[in-house]
Amino acid sequence: MLKDITLGQFFPGNTVVHRLDPRMKLVLTLIYITALFLAQGLFGYALMLGVLITCLALSRISPKTVLRGLRPVLFIILVTVILNVFFITGETILFEYRFIVITQEGLLTAAFMASRLLMLIVGTFLLTYTTSPIALTDGLEQMLSPLKKIRLPIHELAMMMSIALRFIPTLIEETDKIMSAQKARGADFDSGGLIKRAKAILPLIIPLFISAFRRADELATAMESRCYHGGEGRTRMKVLKSAPRDYMALLFGAVVIATVVLLRAAG
Amino acid sequence: MPLLRTEKLNHIYSAGTPFERVAVSDVNFAVEKGEYLGIIGATGSGKSTFIQHLNGLLKPTSGSVYYEGRNIHESKGYARETRFKVGLVFQYPEYQLFESTVFEDIAFGPKNMGLSEAEVRERVLEAAGFAGLKEAQLEKSPFELSGGEKRRAAIAGVIAMRPGVLILDEPTAGLDPQGRDEIVGNILNYKKAREATIIMVTHDMEEISRSVDRIVLFERGKIALEGTPAQVFSEVKLLNELGLSAPKVTLVAERLRELGLPLKKDIYMIEHLRDELKQLREARG
Repeated sequence: MLKDITLGQFFPGNTVVHRLDPRMKLVLTLIYITALFLAQGLFGYALMLGVLITCLALSRISPKTVLRGLRPVLFIILVTVILNVFFITGETILFEYRFIVITQEGLLTAAFMASRLLMLIVGTFLLTYTTSPIALTDGLEQMLSPLKKIRLPIHELAMMMSIALRFIPTLIEETDKIMSAQKARGADFDSGGLIKRAKAILPLIIPLFISAFRRADELATAMESRCYHGGEGRTRMKVLKSAPRDYMALLFGAVVIATVVLLRAAG
Repeated sequence: MPLLRTEKLNHIYSAGTPFERVAVSDVNFAVEKGEYLGIIGATGSGKSTFIQHLNGLLKPTSGSVYYEGRNIHESKGYARETRFKVGLVFQYPEYQLFESTVFEDIAFGPKNMGLSEAEVRERVLEAAGFAGLKEAQLEKSPFELSGGEKRRAAIAGVIAMRPGVLILDEPTAGLDPQGRDEIVGNILNYKKAREATIIMVTHDMEEISRSVDRIVLFERGKIALEGTPAQVFSEVKLLNELGLSAPKVTLVAERLRELGLPLKKDIYMIEHLRDELKQLREARG
């Protein structure tokens, strides 16, 4: 059911990865992505894979969870592989039948592209799996706070983001509930043609919207009655502080990206 | 033969993830035609998950559900049919209203059954009557109704399918005492008129003590206790341990017994206590 969606879900824990400063985790994720795109050749990829596996092991996220999270993106990866296998031209032809030509270069590129995509996705999973949405938006808000000088409403954006993230599970649960209630009255969501299905979704969408508006209204009242008035002069209960382990992690990131660049230069 | 029964019913949420949770485990349950059954249990004891199996909304992880002796998951068609025979009213059902008029909303179920327009109309009017809605209210938008009226409209939406078994998950939660009594009265009327079986999940011990034939107590996904109200409410200690409580009058009787009055153990209605005390006084002269 809907509840099985794990994309962007947070798994609480108390490992080194969980305890890292969210700002540092955001920076490290950016470093990781950059390194991934700079990596070249077998050694480069092997290094990145090693880094990823180490981080996964440190965070104690079970491989099963990672695999489950990958299920929705498998299709995209499959398409990438197929496109690369058939459309990359090269010299070493392995297989030829009329217009279908498969080359060694094509296969290699496909393999590299697929593993790059997979590592990219799993790497970003690691960020959302180990960082609570609140910590994530807090980190983002602080990192972007210099932009307040040019009058960008950073606090408001961050607040909107954390409210949105906070309500995703609630809305999923609500959808599940309304769906069950309508099914109990014989609603049929999963058969019939396109128009029939679009019509069938009305009994779900209308109550869902009404309840979302009601919730928004109640939340606004609750925030106002606790004197919320935007970001100005607002202090935090949990002030983000960098610990030595954050700098260690940054050093680790710097070493990885330097190695990748060196490998690229050497290869 | 019981009308509705389950055999070794198990349900596990998110099996194989860190969030895995057993909600219902090995439940053997049966209800006879025309019975009025109460289900009680602390929050999270698996009641709500359990009742969603009875009309085939949830598929058991293992075990089976039988309606009139037939496995309801025998075929996809039969599972859907069962939803019309076993009506389920969810908690806070007023949040499922969506049509432009109350009439149309109540007609949603009968229309899904594929009935003719005349028959749909007849059923809507009948169901509205059972739920205590006035005819003038049927042409209003459901969103113009008061909270209690919305609840009635939603219950009517299920009754309109004329289910042989009507299951209600806390139908009186959040209503004022008068609204509560009225809704329970409406449900009883439906039961009498259609010889229906009623299964009611509730936290209101006073209410359940007055009306049901049998009580089933859920604890951690299992049936912990089952029996007549007299049997269940004489287990005051067990109820307390499970985070529930007996009706207030039972507690009063319990305390009086502790203080030395020779009262019976199965007092759960105010009338029982009154009669008992009268008898005691007469005996003493």
